[in-house]
Amino acid sequence: MAKKKPGKQTYIDWFRMMMLIRRFEEKSAQMYGQNKIRGFCHLYIGQEAVAGGLMSAMEDGDKVITAYRDHGHALAMGIDPGAVMAELFGRVDGCSKGKGGSMHMFSKAHNFLGGHGIVGGQIPLGAGIALAEQYKGTKNVCFCFMGDGAVRQGSLHETFNMAMLWKLPVVFICENNNYAMGTSVERTTNVLDIYKMACAYDMPSEQVDGMSCEAVHEALERTADLARKGEGPTFLELKTYRYKGHSMSDPAKYRTKEELENYKKVDPIEVTRKEIIKKKWMTEKALDELEEEIEAEVAKAVEFADNSPFPEPDELYKDVYMEDYPFIVE
Amino acid sequence: MARELQIREALREAMNEEMRADENIFLIGEEVAEYNGAYKVSQGMLEEFGEKRVIDTPIAELGFAGISVGAAMNGLRPIVEFMTFNFSLVAIDQVINSAAKMNSMSGGEFFCPMVFRGPTGSAGQLGAQHSQNFENWYANCPGLKVVVLSNAYNAKGLLKSAIRDNDPVIFMESEQMYGLKHEVPEEEYLIPLGQANIQKSGEDVTIVSFGKMMRVCEEAVVALAEKGIDAELIDLQTVRPIDYKTIADSIIKTNRCIIVEEAWPLASISSEISYMMSQMVFDHLDAPIKRVTTRDVPLPYAPTLVDAFLPNVERIVQAVDAVMYR
Repeated sequence: MAKKKPGKQTYIDWFRMMMLIRRFEEKSAQMYGQNKIRGFCHLYIGQEAVAGGLMSAMEDGDKVITAYRDHGHALAMGIDPGAVMAELFGRVDGCSKGKGGSMHMFSKAHNFLGGHGIVGGQIPLGAGIALAEQYKGTKNVCFCFMGDGAVRQGSLHETFNMAMLWKLPVVFICENNNYAMGTSVERTTNVLDIYKMACAYDMPSEQVDGMSCEAVHEALERTADLARKGEGPTFLELKTYRYKGHSMSDPAKYRTKEELENYKKVDPIEVTRKEIIKKKWMTEKALDELEEEIEAEVAKAVEFADNSPFPEPDELYKDVYMEDYPFIVE
Repeated sequence: MARELQIREALREAMNEEMRADENIFLIGEEVAEYNGAYKVSQGMLEEFGEKRVIDTPIAELGFAGISVGAAMNGLRPIVEFMTFNFSLVAIDQVINSAAKMNSMSGGEFFCPMVFRGPTGSAGQLGAQHSQNFENWYANCPGLKVVVLSNAYNAKGLLKSAIRDNDPVIFMESEQMYGLKHEVPEEEYLIPLGQANIQKSGEDVTIVSFGKMMRVCEEAVVALAEKGIDAELIDLQTVRPIDYKTIADSIIKTNRCIIVEEAWPLASISSEISYMMSQMVFDHLDAPIKRVTTRDVPLPYAPTLVDAFLPNVERIVQAVDAVMYR
């Protein structure tokens, strides 16, 4: 059954969330340059429509898991930008207490089961999260995100097979930004349409415009409904693009300027802004004001992170075991 | 009241009792349900608990280990059976990178209350790929606990504790021991993780071991007694954490120690204990600690080579003689 087409409020929410992610990530890059953020840091700029569509498609209690390019998902799940920025800064008020960093954002309260650093490692985890929902008899689903690099891992095949066998309530979502670090999809496979990989397991699958919130929202909502009804998993390939390199250390010399510029022409934030203005849902001036509000929110997030202390050294031995543990100390 | 149970029956009883008490516990693995377990540990469990809670998997250790970790993150308490820990190597990414790390890297937001269990070590002429011990590999990794049973009594008591533990526990058994019978009380009991058991007290030398090697050590203790040597025999039961204090206290009494381990020597549990004892009780030692491990090679098939590979009574007695300067 088709749900109501997203209207004014949804479009404004999308614009707001995507703009928040964009400005947050631009700020992250700046903070990385100032050495306030260290380690690996993978930005989400360009892929914001995926987070937007996720935010509007999910229902209360649904779970989300993804890989290490996780700032956008964390924000879309409603984690406070200050807690995400503090995590990037390695501070105690970070959503993982400064113990995770860029790649390992988590929040139980927001049903965000993390940012995972081993490519493809989160795919079976996502199916297991769904197994727990099925076991407990809820109507919730797990949205399990991965990149186009992760689909080459064996974990995908083992998981797809069991998820179909057991009709697990999970939507597998490949954010195909066309580059596994510096290696293009064409250089990793003969099967260029990633969604077809599900065919081996008779899993329904389709390709979706990952630059469109509306397309992402529609696909996620519809396939999640199938999963809620006990009809099992779907595999979605969202065609998207990252504007920046794989991580902060990657100048992205493996692709052309033209390719990047072509994607920027369908920038999801610009497209959504134009739609809102065209439909007269908000004026250009009001959108500019909203943008300023978001910039202030990001500035506040940085201030919050700056004011949060680093963990004390005795935190080292906490959160490793659930009870007291006799660590070897020398 | 005590009765005799096979180790496989003791393990089954532990799982059955815990599963009756907590609906969030389930058993998952290859051949655990319809086939009643590759080694019949889970016999009858499908019938009692149904297919929701006793789950057969395809041969996909990485996949079902990861699925179980995800289920544990989301409120369930899986018991994952590996047909042998040799096969756990294709799943080790999920054990080390997911289960062992989740609590720490999420800053305590998520944890993984689960057990990975199955047989470890050699079991006759099974060839190189089916005859390995990875106790020390898993014991090396913070976030895990590692248990190795040695009889039906500790099989049950340790497994019940492992299932109730809120951290991921590696629980190691032995194909060659499932049929062995020992006394097991009728009434409920738990054996805490992290505590060694002084199986036999003695005055002259401390023998530390665990798992299947305990059987060989017991024989060696008898052989030593015939030579007039009164050995103390310690069963570690848990190799992460290790109960160093029980070993150290024993050495303070006997002043001599050997360690018997079915594993390759480099960076083994025995190396670790030797280091810690040199720190804790160096002044009490009358001789350098010696160890008896498997030979430092892959285990070949031929029976003569299996015999040459494994620790045996003769090598244990020789090691004791060496630390006693006899």
